[in-house]
Amino acid sequence: MKSVLSLQVALFVVIVAALAFLPVFASPYGLTLMIGMLGYVTLATAWALFSGPTRYVSLATVAFFGIGAYTVAVFSESMAYPLLLLVSAAIGLLVASVVGFATLRLAGVYFVIFTFGLAELIRQLVTWYEVNMTGTLGRYIFLPVTPEGIYWQLLGLAAITFAISWGVGRSRIGLALKVIGDDEVVAAHCGINVARVKLALFAVSSTIITLVGAIQAPRWTYVEPVIAFNPTVSFLTLIMALLGGANRLTGPLLGAVPLFLLFEWLSANFPNHYSIILGLLFIAIVFILPRGVLAFAEENWKRWRRHEVKTVPGVAE
Amino acid sequence: MKTFQRRHVLRTTAAVLALAVTDLGTFALAQDKTSVRFGYAISKTGPNAGGAGITTLPNYQLWVKDVNDAGGLEMPDGKKLPIEVIEYDDRSSSEEVVRAVERLATQDQVDFILAPWGTGFNLAVAPLFDRYGYPQLAVSAVTDKAPDFVQRWKKSYWMLGGGHDYAKALAAILADASKAGTINNKVAMISVADGFGIDLVTAARPAFEEAGIELVYDKTYPVGTSDFSPMINEASASGADTFVAFSYPPDTFALTQQSQVANFNPKVLYLGVGTGFPIYGKNNGDNATGIMSLGGIDPNNQENAAYRKRHEEVTGVAPDYWGSVITYASLQMLQEAIKRKGLDREAVSAELSTGTFQTVLGETKLEENQLRKLWWTGQWQNGQFVGVAPSDRDGASKIVLPRQAWTK
Amino acid sequence: MLVTALLSGLVLGGTYALVAMGLTLQYGIARIMNLAYGEMIISAAFLAYVLYADAGINPVVGLLIAAPAGFLLGYVVYGVMMRPLVARAKDKASLEIDSILATFGLLFVIQGVLLVIFGANFTSYNYLNVAVDVFGTNIAANRLLALVMALVLGGGLYMLLTRTLWGTALRAVAVAPASAPLVGINVDKAARMAFALGGALAAAGGVVISMYQTFTATSGVVFTMKALIVVIMGGVGNILGALSAGLILGLVETFVATYIDPGLTLAATYGIFLAILLWRPAGLFGRASR
Repeated sequence: MKSVLSLQVALFVVIVAALAFLPVFASPYGLTLMIGMLGYVTLATAWALFSGPTRYVSLATVAFFGIGAYTVAVFSESMAYPLLLLVSAAIGLLVASVVGFATLRLAGVYFVIFTFGLAELIRQLVTWYEVNMTGTLGRYIFLPVTPEGIYWQLLGLAAITFAISWGVGRSRIGLALKVIGDDEVVAAHCGINVARVKLALFAVSSTIITLVGAIQAPRWTYVEPVIAFNPTVSFLTLIMALLGGANRLTGPLLGAVPLFLLFEWLSANFPNHYSIILGLLFIAIVFILPRGVLAFAEENWKRWRRHEVKTVPGVAE
Repeated sequence: MKTFQRRHVLRTTAAVLALAVTDLGTFALAQDKTSVRFGYAISKTGPNAGGAGITTLPNYQLWVKDVNDAGGLEMPDGKKLPIEVIEYDDRSSSEEVVRAVERLATQDQVDFILAPWGTGFNLAVAPLFDRYGYPQLAVSAVTDKAPDFVQRWKKSYWMLGGGHDYAKALAAILADASKAGTINNKVAMISVADGFGIDLVTAARPAFEEAGIELVYDKTYPVGTSDFSPMINEASASGADTFVAFSYPPDTFALTQQSQVANFNPKVLYLGVGTGFPIYGKNNGDNATGIMSLGGIDPNNQENAAYRKRHEEVTGVAPDYWGSVITYASLQMLQEAIKRKGLDREAVSAELSTGTFQTVLGETKLEENQLRKLWWTGQWQNGQFVGVAPSDRDGASKIVLPRQAWTK
Repeated sequence: MLVTALLSGLVLGGTYALVAMGLTLQYGIARIMNLAYGEMIISAAFLAYVLYADAGINPVVGLLIAAPAGFLLGYVVYGVMMRPLVARAKDKASLEIDSILATFGLLFVIQGVLLVIFGANFTSYNYLNVAVDVFGTNIAANRLLALVMALVLGGGLYMLLTRTLWGTALRAVAVAPASAPLVGINVDKAARMAFALGGALAAAGGVVISMYQTFTATSGVVFTMKALIVVIMGGVGNILGALSAGLILGLVETFVATYIDPGLTLAATYGIFLAILLWRPAGLFGRASR
């Protein structure tokens, strides 16, 4: 069992290392594609880190993504780059803690819409502040960060996110979260501090999302609230994670990569009928996987797991 | 961690690698050209689609059709090559527009890239145009920083002026009218809390002060506001003869409607983007007369009149009175520069900077990569939105103040 | 000034309430989280525009065409798309996820079709843009119409749901879809009816809104989100909740714009929405069990 574990870790390291050399081979467009894809893989994985086990569907992704991007824009002239990332992460963490503290008692669709409202509220407040206090709205980012640099940072962040997600899945917290997702009352009776566990996960997940925004922002040169807080980011993240299966470690990855490539292919080849085809595909996916997307993933996963348990006995959840 | 999932990761990674590597394999063969490839990324969906769909996209389509109908794009040796278009939808997202332009430059290797719509998006892609050596004719971008950008990105061209230009022209008009006793020197002003509104309002405040105009109401409202009656009531009660709104199209339309309902009749009514849309004139008929905004045309310019007619025939909609004609003119400049210099982007860029071109605007020449001969203020007169400032420019119409009260 | 602000607020709120009532029926009773709701509104707005601009049919008559069309669309969409999803859903959560994904797809399809037909341009026309004097304040007739319709439809639906057998059946379906068949209620039929009614309300709202608000093929999302906020704030499935939440939002926006700063209207909207949810996690009129 130990050797299997170290083999897996080794494999993970090799894959990340191989991906790290990609910029050497890839064309600029290939690199851009990988940046976009890594961005969404990280977002979806971080999203699923909290929303997968707790089943809290969050639309606040872009709130934190935007906070990251905006912080970089605001301080890009006055701070060293690594410090910028730290400050963004700190702000993201702070906001997530406050918000999480206030909201995690909401449930179901109320939480969904609440988080959407939150993203809009933050955008409105940033706008109002910029307009009335600083008298400017758009901010320029002229940082000497190359696409390769952004790629490596995102890759590093993605790797860390996977590691955290994997670690959480194996730890006591992971188990606690599963119980919360299944039944909160049972969880509380088992002596799990439901609120604290949820809050911690929400904070970690949001901080990672904040960092994705902070890392990607220099690519845009110009940031204004409409650009930084584009709600599409929340929706795409959600759809990718749900499609792949939000409570699997690699589920968000399996949702994000094909969907991202599909979006890219559609917008390149069918710029005028993009929406229609995308919509039909969505409907088709829901119907072709007749027992629901999540159920389908679950079912297959169970089948794989059975298969696996046979070949690799002793690997626990 | 499951080995099976590992395998998945591996498989996905391999697919991505393969994809990235094939990128390397595709390159344009240096064969005899049979066509010229133009590419652009534009917002066909999302919140920017409305603006891009009126000012930018129809003009790109019209120009390509015009050129191809005439046999193609003329090269220096007199040969004509048809234009081939590669079009992407940026879905109103910065990340998408950056990726699409990168794709056009490195994957599709188009000969020229046309600019996207909007100030933010033009800035987002400017470093890419610069890195890959494409001239960027940014029309739908209003920015006071154009002189800096030109230094930073040598092949960028800024065609629609900056907030200060429009604000100063307006301040001058108001100061004159106030001196002549037509209006009092009080102004009520609102602006949309977005790039355009803020740029203009921050330019307008000092410009008004300098011109001796008093701001008695000055508020900013968020994008997406649908009810303007509180602001109209406040402005109406403020005693100002002038109402200025640096607004977006839906706001401009709503402000016009709600001012009529509230019987709010400022002697000078200046509204933002959307005032120059043909639908504005159509919806408001005689009531539009006297309303001012940014942009305008010279009603006696035959070239422009012909362009407007053709635009409506080909695309089915009339062009707006501000950015449309400039978008088309920017393409004509590019066409002419290619005719003089061929497909060498370096030479074409130099020609764009220094050359003089005959376009639908008349004789057009850039000053430090910026188009400065623009109509800073326009006014609806006799069913057309005509340029009134700078008043000493050829073809300027005479401003008519005060505007008439709403007719019902 | 106070009366003016109060009236403007109520009129604005009327629009919000009108838009939200259909969604509360669809989500509350038919249990379909319809993300394509705003696209149904926009489709009706375009229909009204085409009827008015090209055929000269005035939008009030257009209303009589659009509402039944909306009903029919809702009926068909539920029958073709939603019923299989409801049939296969094993619990509330999986139906929610399925319906979110499927209507997300529907949203794109409708939007894409509208884009192909009408392009991305801003569309607007003037109709009934005349002042009506209400207690000395000038109110636009078209906006007043939205408020009146919200009140009449809201009141009518409330009566229908609480005072008729049919309405009681609908409410039973909303509360306990699993047990309703035991007392002889055809759940499928009731849900389909509620969804179709929601479609008719969306269409009616779209027609009225098109008289005074500029719209584009892509602006449906704005309406969906506003409607969702009102629905959640009022409590899912509660007509009176939607009505009062809509009016509250309108009042808040207008008062903030008048007395504080127009720049903070939307911030105030979301602020009050978040505050209400924190105070009552199931919305103003929501049942605690939800």
